[in-house]
Amino acid sequence: MTGGYVAAIDQGTTSTRCLVFDHAGRMVSLAQHEHTQYFPRPGWAEHDAAEIWANTQRVLPEALALAGLEVGDIAGVGIANQRETTLVWDRSTGRPVAPAITWQDTRCADIVAEMLRGPHVELFAQVTGLAPAGYFAAPRLRWLLDHVPGLQRRARTGKLAFGTIESWLIWNLTGGPDGGVHVTDVTNASRTLLMDARTLEWDQRLLDALDVPVELMPEIRPNVEVYGTCSVGLPGVQIGGAFGDQQAALFGQTCFAAGEAKCTYGTGAFLLMNTGESPAPSARGLLSTVAYAIEGEPPHYATEGSIAVAGALVQWFRDALEMIGSAPEIETLARRVDDTGDCYVVPAFAGLFAPHWEPDARGVIVGLTSYVTRAHLARAVLEATAWQTAEVVEAMTADTGIAFTSLRVDGGMTTNHLAMQMVADVLAVPVERPLGSESVSVGAAYAAGLAVGYWPDLEVLRANWRRAATWEPAISAASRRRGRAAWDRAVQRTRGWVVED
Amino acid sequence: MPGTIQSIERAAQALHLLGAVPEPLPLGELARLLDLPKTTVHGIVRTLCEVGFVVQDPATGHYSLGSGLADLGRTVDPHLLRARVSNWADGLAARTGLAVEVAMLRGPSAELVAHVFRPDGSPQRLRVGELVPAHATALGHVLLAWAPVASRVRELALTAYTPMTPSTHVALGRALQLARRQGWAALDGGLSLGTAGVAAPIHHQVGTAVGAIGVVGPSDQVVQPSGAPHPGLVEQLLAAAHATAATLKDRL
Repeated sequence: MTGGYVAAIDQGTTSTRCLVFDHAGRMVSLAQHEHTQYFPRPGWAEHDAAEIWANTQRVLPEALALAGLEVGDIAGVGIANQRETTLVWDRSTGRPVAPAITWQDTRCADIVAEMLRGPHVELFAQVTGLAPAGYFAAPRLRWLLDHVPGLQRRARTGKLAFGTIESWLIWNLTGGPDGGVHVTDVTNASRTLLMDARTLEWDQRLLDALDVPVELMPEIRPNVEVYGTCSVGLPGVQIGGAFGDQQAALFGQTCFAAGEAKCTYGTGAFLLMNTGESPAPSARGLLSTVAYAIEGEPPHYATEGSIAVAGALVQWFRDALEMIGSAPEIETLARRVDDTGDCYVVPAFAGLFAPHWEPDARGVIVGLTSYVTRAHLARAVLEATAWQTAEVVEAMTADTGIAFTSLRVDGGMTTNHLAMQMVADVLAVPVERPLGSESVSVGAAYAAGLAVGYWPDLEVLRANWRRAATWEPAISAASRRRGRAAWDRAVQRTRGWVVED
Repeated sequence: MPGTIQSIERAAQALHLLGAVPEPLPLGELARLLDLPKTTVHGIVRTLCEVGFVVQDPATGHYSLGSGLADLGRTVDPHLLRARVSNWADGLAARTGLAVEVAMLRGPSAELVAHVFRPDGSPQRLRVGELVPAHATALGHVLLAWAPVASRVRELALTAYTPMTPSTHVALGRALQLARRQGWAALDGGLSLGTAGVAAPIHHQVGTAVGAIGVVGPSDQVVQPSGAPHPGLVEQLLAAAHATAATLKDRL
């Protein structure tokens, strides 16, 4: 291929986007369409996969047109997708058999509880490095097999296909019913609970444990590899890679080596650290996952800690407490004071997540005195994100023995300098933001560009990474220790709040 | 009262009425309460809708006060500006290879509210929050040229940092006039020799700038020997400024 640009499809929770990048990794255009969110029952969250495919077909030509490009200018296309969203479709009609069950959906709680009680818990942990939990794809697939009439029977015939969203898009882009390629990548497969973390293949014992017919399953492929050629959307363009979104961001931030880490600060926050060439199962409630695999090279693994409530706490401060008019204004309010007045906000809105995992916890504001003003609260809201980051980082360090030397950040909340300064302060390492906020799409584009030879190697991509801002730690070790101890006491007070009547 | 303007009086009455009632009003009701013909009142509320002081419910067609009134007298929050400018400032730095700074006017200074490092990997320090003298920088010239209170320029202490600093009111006045005429400002060596900047206004309301966005770097990378910015620089700057201004129109 001789095209001068690389395209990325970023299939996210709320929208599908196409971004085009040049050789220096700079974005030259972006097209985007949102899709409908379906919440048919409490706890359920669905997407119409046909709508997502239709939007994909719209954004591809739109992104080209915005940059004044033609299909021939595109050297390759990569995909990054919302993870764990689960879909089964009919290989002959190309139609989904049911709405896609998204990662936010909690209907599988009973299936997971049964898995945890069942005889295979140890096997799952041994093979995948993970304990069964509601956010993986396999329980969602099991739910579909249980509830869509005739699905279990038809699944054995090989006429149906399971996939997360990247599988669906690749299959459709390469022809759908007419010769579509049915594959997934190692990072998405690592979130199913069915893949052997070492061999990077489906484990028949796990498939059997959940009674999932192997005929449904896509082939697992490296992230960086040509899967096929588009027959629609970008006709003639090679699909050179796919990634789950958080792993795409890790790749886009060029965290290629062990010990390199990134945190994406959005509504929630996702911290991933590259742990090198062997899986790093966690003893502290973190998730072991695949970072990336390049065709012909050993895979790299990552450990992941997610923070459920980061930017969401600022939104709550804005919408529920009506303390500020817009999210960025929290920084203005917080800067009116120099500290939190010894008050702490622990946003355990749906329990404590990594590394605590306590569903019975609920949020608290502690340390209130008549001295505390809304400005102190604003500061405590921002500090909550920093302390939660510190908890995840400490767990990672304890798990892996790898000390952080810096943290790369991206996401909307990085425009809040006070929050980023607090992260640097509590971690005691520099926090760095790259130029451009599209790390997810950059990662997908990098995979595709590597696969088709648009970029020669990882070193060239590393050189593309440009520092846009650095926050240096600026508090004393003593005040860091004091704050950390107070945060721990605040977290203590969230525990065991929810009790059975 | 000599010379009261009837249409403004009536518009004010309409606004007072809409502010006094608990629910949106249909046109007929508004006309009855104002004791004016429907066509006259329609003209008034349509105009008020245009300027954002009144909104019309698309479903019922009823009128109520718009957010434009509440926004009067409200300045743009510096952190809101930073959040909105971020993507465009990053893009500008990526394309020009220069550091990007965004500033708002604070007294005699330009306060940096956003800063994107020069994308060359060299060690740099985040300068957000720093004050730079307005008369000695391109950012400051833009902020002064589009400041709502032009007379303030007279009160500035015009320290000469270099021979290139506009250090008399005549010289500064000329620079600001030129900036207003061309829609941007460039200054080479105003604060330190060998460093140049080009800046453009981020407009919010007609005729004033809420802030300025600019590129800064070694003189030879910013301006040509003639003193004019390198080709294309101004166009990229203006595009980023306009795009940011557009995002400020809708609140989060």
